[in-house]
Amino acid sequence: MIDMELADYIARLSQLELEEGEKRAMTAELERIVAYMDVLNRLDTQGVEPMSHVFPVKNVLREDAAQPSWDRGELLAGSPGGDGEAFLAPKAVE
Amino acid sequence: MTWETVIGLETHVELATKTKIFCSCTTEFGGAPNTHCCPVCTGMPGTLPVLNKKVLEFAVKAGLALNCAITRHSRFDRKNYFYPDLPKAYQISQLYLPIARDGAVDIRTGPGDKTIRIHELHMEEDAGKLVHDPWLNQTRADYNRCGVPLIEIVTEPDFRTADEVIAYLEKLKETLAYLGVSDCKMQEGSLRCDVNLSVRPQGSLELGTRTEMKNLSSFKAIARAIQYEARRQIELIEEGGRVAQETRRWDENKDASFAMRSKEEAQDYRYFPEPDLPPIELDPDCVDALRAAQPELAEEKRARYQADYGLSDYNCRMITSDQALAALFEGLVALGAPPRQGANWIMGEVLGALSQHAMEPKDMALTAPTLARLIALVGEGKLNRNTAVKVFEAVFDTDGDVDAYVRAHGLEQVNDGALVREVCARVLEANPQSVSDYRGGKEKAFGFLVGQAMGELKGRADPQAVNQALRALLE
Amino acid sequence: MKLRELTALELGAVIKKGEVCVREAVQAALDAVAAQDGALNAFITVAGERALCRADKLQAGVKDAQSPLYGVPMAIKDNICTRGVRTTCASKILGDFTPPYDAAVVEQLADAGAVSLGKLNMDEFAMGSTSETSYYGPVKNPWDLARAPGGSSGGAAAAVAAGMGWYAIGSDTGGSIRQPAAHCGVTGMKPTYGTVSRYGLIAYASSLDQIGPLCRDAADCAAVLDVLMGHDCRDATSLPGLDSDWNGSGPRADYGHLLERLTGDVRGMRIGLPAQCFGDGLDGAVRAAVLGAAQVLKGRGAEIVELSFPVLEYAVPAYYIIAAAEASSNLSRFDGVKYGWRAEEYDGLADLYRKTRTQGFGREVKRRILLGTFVLSSGYYDAYYKKALQAKAVIKDAFDRAFEGCDLLLTPVTPSPAPRLGDSLGDPLSMYLGDIYTVSVNLAGLPALSMPCGLDAEGMPIGAQLIAPHFGEGAALSAAHAFQLDTDWHRRAPKGGEAP
Repeated sequence: MIDMELADYIARLSQLELEEGEKRAMTAELERIVAYMDVLNRLDTQGVEPMSHVFPVKNVLREDAAQPSWDRGELLAGSPGGDGEAFLAPKAVE
Repeated sequence: MTWETVIGLETHVELATKTKIFCSCTTEFGGAPNTHCCPVCTGMPGTLPVLNKKVLEFAVKAGLALNCAITRHSRFDRKNYFYPDLPKAYQISQLYLPIARDGAVDIRTGPGDKTIRIHELHMEEDAGKLVHDPWLNQTRADYNRCGVPLIEIVTEPDFRTADEVIAYLEKLKETLAYLGVSDCKMQEGSLRCDVNLSVRPQGSLELGTRTEMKNLSSFKAIARAIQYEARRQIELIEEGGRVAQETRRWDENKDASFAMRSKEEAQDYRYFPEPDLPPIELDPDCVDALRAAQPELAEEKRARYQADYGLSDYNCRMITSDQALAALFEGLVALGAPPRQGANWIMGEVLGALSQHAMEPKDMALTAPTLARLIALVGEGKLNRNTAVKVFEAVFDTDGDVDAYVRAHGLEQVNDGALVREVCARVLEANPQSVSDYRGGKEKAFGFLVGQAMGELKGRADPQAVNQALRALLE
Repeated sequence: MKLRELTALELGAVIKKGEVCVREAVQAALDAVAAQDGALNAFITVAGERALCRADKLQAGVKDAQSPLYGVPMAIKDNICTRGVRTTCASKILGDFTPPYDAAVVEQLADAGAVSLGKLNMDEFAMGSTSETSYYGPVKNPWDLARAPGGSSGGAAAAVAAGMGWYAIGSDTGGSIRQPAAHCGVTGMKPTYGTVSRYGLIAYASSLDQIGPLCRDAADCAAVLDVLMGHDCRDATSLPGLDSDWNGSGPRADYGHLLERLTGDVRGMRIGLPAQCFGDGLDGAVRAAVLGAAQVLKGRGAEIVELSFPVLEYAVPAYYIIAAAEASSNLSRFDGVKYGWRAEEYDGLADLYRKTRTQGFGREVKRRILLGTFVLSSGYYDAYYKKALQAKAVIKDAFDRAFEGCDLLLTPVTPSPAPRLGDSLGDPLSMYLGDIYTVSVNLAGLPALSMPCGLDAEGMPIGAQLIAPHFGEGAALSAAHAFQLDTDWHRRAPKGGEAP
């Protein structure tokens, strides 16, 4: 199921790099894990609604009332290469 | 071969809430970078979203106005992708169960009326703003706009011309502004539009390969981009080429579009239900209550003004084009002003003054009671129309007191018939030459005499009355 | 007075009486840390100065203290945000991350007069069952330094077992409180999903994560849960209290009465033993100890019922699919742009992302991110993720049916006692399978606790799990308290664990 090509694809989506040797090992591990997940195929789920939230909690809403925003310095304090005004990243292409 | 252009629109509209969709930071436009932010909207680890009630209300109102079916059980999903304008690296949006679906909007263009089907309307959060800093050769990320609430309105591919697209957008803008859910300012990015366009031979039922155009910041740009892209695709096919499914960026300065990235290449957003936000359940009573509370929209007003007040189609359109103007008009009528006179004042003096001041109707100080009083004074014969216009100009800026101004400047119309006759007699006596010219058949001389009499009366008399008095004396 | 031997409530009581001052208690705990943590590695950050300062401030308010835990030193797992104290998630990628805000539970603890000694080691991003995946080195089990303490709240369990603080705050996504509690001989509880705010808990799997206590005994757990549990409007999945004027719809919880209602009375309580939890693969000593616990409870008047829980085998695959999927999304924000560590060398934006994440995350974290990305990716979503959500519904339904016939379920926590260090790392799948008794609880959002119920032949602690229906914390704690009234497993301390 999971081959090297698929491993490359999901690594790219995850923004992770896998070196050749590591990729081989990781692919094999994932393959084993995913093969095990197929246990689920034995479970009849015909007509079962997928359950995204365990409690029937609905409509949790807040009022549209503004609170003061945060001190910019605090929000930016941990940003690598930040200049105290904005978060900085290498040039985003497009 | 004749080609048909097929267009669908994805329109993002910023909602006019006070706070962001998932945190309590202000949505105010502008501000120094990253000053309208908190740990939630900057995606700090451990923070959680909580939905703004107003966003849900506005989305439902918009859905109802676009004749959509409101989804009873709705939910948010995460759309995952890496980009520096998206601090969590996922956008909270709705894929599986959007808040509204299957709507329709009627538009009118030169060739006639048409219905545009709405595929869906969903809620989502806006991303931040990236500015490239050429000095640092780095991208600066400003998250003030992160988390500003949006609705995305997706149409079916029902448009065939740029005119239809513009008519739809104008209708959409008008409707959303009437609902008060958005100010739809394109220049501030609160209404943004992506155009999906393909071409096919006339009569074909199959859709061609479509491109998606982004960065369309004005109606003019949209119209230009549609014409450009349709021509580009037709030429490409006629030359034996194939249209690539891709996203293209419209460059307004170059008047051309450029491919951004190919859609086939890894746009796997891995949507899944947002675990941090419980689902939404709208019971039908609650939706019915919102439906009942919907304001009368422009189109309904137009029909009513025509039917009830006999206004012209043009006047109806102009007055209802803006909610503040329509409110002013309805205020005048409610205060007893004759509808046509009310309309004439709005079409003439009000629109003139607004354009002279380069002002939006919603920003004007003038209120219905003030203008209604002015119209009433004219109707009662206490002010003549010309003087009334002068009073209008005086009170427009500050919504001043009409009666006080008229009194202070002594502008009441002279309705004393004896005085008018006396003044007219004096004028005839003082201008024997004109009298003899008139009697000799020169109609122009009469106008001169009227002017003289009105001057003596400081313009406060009813010109009609002066006319009559002069004619009576001359006969 | 040997402070080490007191429970948190007992220490709180003597502080309140003025027999011990807060500073003394803090100093004793810091001394225990100094003496033992070099070997145990339970802490990532020790905030000694801060704790002593806080102790002096708290001392002034002892007379007016409301909470029975006022002044009691404790520590916090390092995936819970603490303003001004770095919070690493045991990862290189958050090595220098100092949150600008406190988690909701940190505020609640501060209001109750807690003194934090620092931040506890764990599996990186809470992903693991041994606390060996930490970037800051593995935690050792105080009962045997050659063994793992369990995970992911391994630092929390080890600290409590070794007397480095009287209780600890952990998080449990698939057993991360209960499993290390079992391996270290302490009592730990994961409450009902939604009853403790997750605001400030750095998410692993948002639909499963829940914060809870690791303590010396059930009574301490009740007291700490009374502090932690409650509605928080910053967490939309937080459940409102009975008296709340909250606007949403859904169930409500009765908060704040666990300690006062802790009777230890189990007469007439029906305790179910699911047959599937005592089948193949279960260590003999563990089986004997857990069944022994059932007999103790029976002796106090509980009724033991046997039942079937046929869907147990689906819990591990469903859990790992859902947890990995959510993790792949939750951990995407760690990209080197906004906070945390950034790769030193990179060429352009995409390279910055990839280098930062590749070098910043450990192997187990990367494995789960890849697994999660896979199960959500186009073409596989229905077969894996959607199927797992359906299995979750089936498992919740199976619990609902089980609780028609009994009040609590009693099961092992783990198939065997604590593994030797290094044994699990080479074989992720068998590590995942070790979570078989704990993960279904998280899928169904249930409360469950782990209590010490014996030692194996090598002297390693064994835990028993009590699972309750939603909001059944009180019943589970009462049963554990009853058990602890008749046994002394919870009072045993590891040999190395004596404070000086």
